[in-house]
Amino acid sequence: MEQFPRRLLTIVTEAALERELISEFDALGVRGYTISDARGKGGRGRRQSDWAQQGNIRIEIVCDPALAERVAARLRVRYYDHYAMILFMQDVDVLRPEKF
Amino acid sequence: MPTLDPVIWFFVLGLVAGVARADLRLPSAIYDFVSTLLLLAIGLKGGVELARDGGGLPLPELGGILLLGFLLPLPAYAAARGIGRLGRADAASLAAHYGSVSVGTYAVVIGHLATRGIEFEARAPVWVVLLEVPAIVAGILLARGLSGKLAWGRLLRELFLGRSIVLLLGGLAIGWVAGPDGTASIQPLFFDLFKGILALFLLEMGLIAAAQLPTLRRHGVFIVAFGLLAPLVFAVAGALLGRALGLSPGGVTVLATLAASASYIAAPAAIRTAVPEANPALSLTASLAVTFPFNIIVGIPLYERLAAALAG
Repeated sequence: MEQFPRRLLTIVTEAALERELISEFDALGVRGYTISDARGKGGRGRRQSDWAQQGNIRIEIVCDPALAERVAARLRVRYYDHYAMILFMQDVDVLRPEKF
Repeated sequence: MPTLDPVIWFFVLGLVAGVARADLRLPSAIYDFVSTLLLLAIGLKGGVELARDGGGLPLPELGGILLLGFLLPLPAYAAARGIGRLGRADAASLAAHYGSVSVGTYAVVIGHLATRGIEFEARAPVWVVLLEVPAIVAGILLARGLSGKLAWGRLLRELFLGRSIVLLLGGLAIGWVAGPDGTASIQPLFFDLFKGILALFLLEMGLIAAAQLPTLRRHGVFIVAFGLLAPLVFAVAGALLGRALGLSPGGVTVLATLAASASYIAAPAAIRTAVPEANPALSLTASLAVTFPFNIIVGIPLYERLAAALAG
């Protein structure tokens, strides 16, 4: 079975940013993403998902490396200063390249 | 010792359980469900009463309450800058939170008045709607100024289409259209169970308030003092306005409580995106861990007495 390399971009950030980030993704040409509720602890303290106000979300985007870089750069410039946000990338293989 | 409404004990239970780190955590879906029920019940109740009594919202009342919402943030901002020595963004955020309202506190005051057999104006849910947004706009203006680059269209759309406004106005409309007879079939869920739902809501609020307490220690004396004094001052402003508008003593109590209450849902969400440099924990902690408990335990009985005294 043939596999195609792509990048998996994972973002963990404040739930309050969800709508704003979605419009960023649309503007940047991201074709799909998965968002889930998350909780944990980081530089800005413990964040719980049991109350939407202070919850975290985890966003996963599978796309080509260039787009992943563009999204990461955009988020770093616009959100890193004032929001709880981490971002990391991994190589993944997909079966249907036309989807990503 | 004055008897505490039993629902308040649920708040205390949540607070104590939270502080003790007890194994108690309600899933967020429960919080959403319970708050949805509360908002709809409050709207429906107002709508049914309006359908029964008729009458609309007098224009001076509309203007007066909107103006109150815009003006309350100003003294809050001045105090936060001058006395609290907070930065512009933090002071503006605090002002927005305290000028806006808490529907949870509103639910407690109407429960309190119902227990005491005190009548108030059926249109009171509309006051909640009127007071929610102006203070947030004022707070953002205080932080950004008029020239600031901001997507106002999207922001206002999100504010006016926020959950609390949609559900309150939606409930009000349904109650008004259906009337007392039409709502009889849904009465058991929304009206008979109101106090029970409120108790569950307050249990969760107690847990949430307890989670804020560690942050409170970091922010020091000013935030605690502000969280206790601002509601008292604002309650007097709300009560005087209510009296000037010719509201009933019950209505004056409700308006005083609304003015005294601080937002912990609409304001934090809007300020987080519109004024990102403000520290979100500062305002939220004051609102949730100081002002909300103060209002529901000590404040509301006080505001009721204030309203009675003003009525002479």
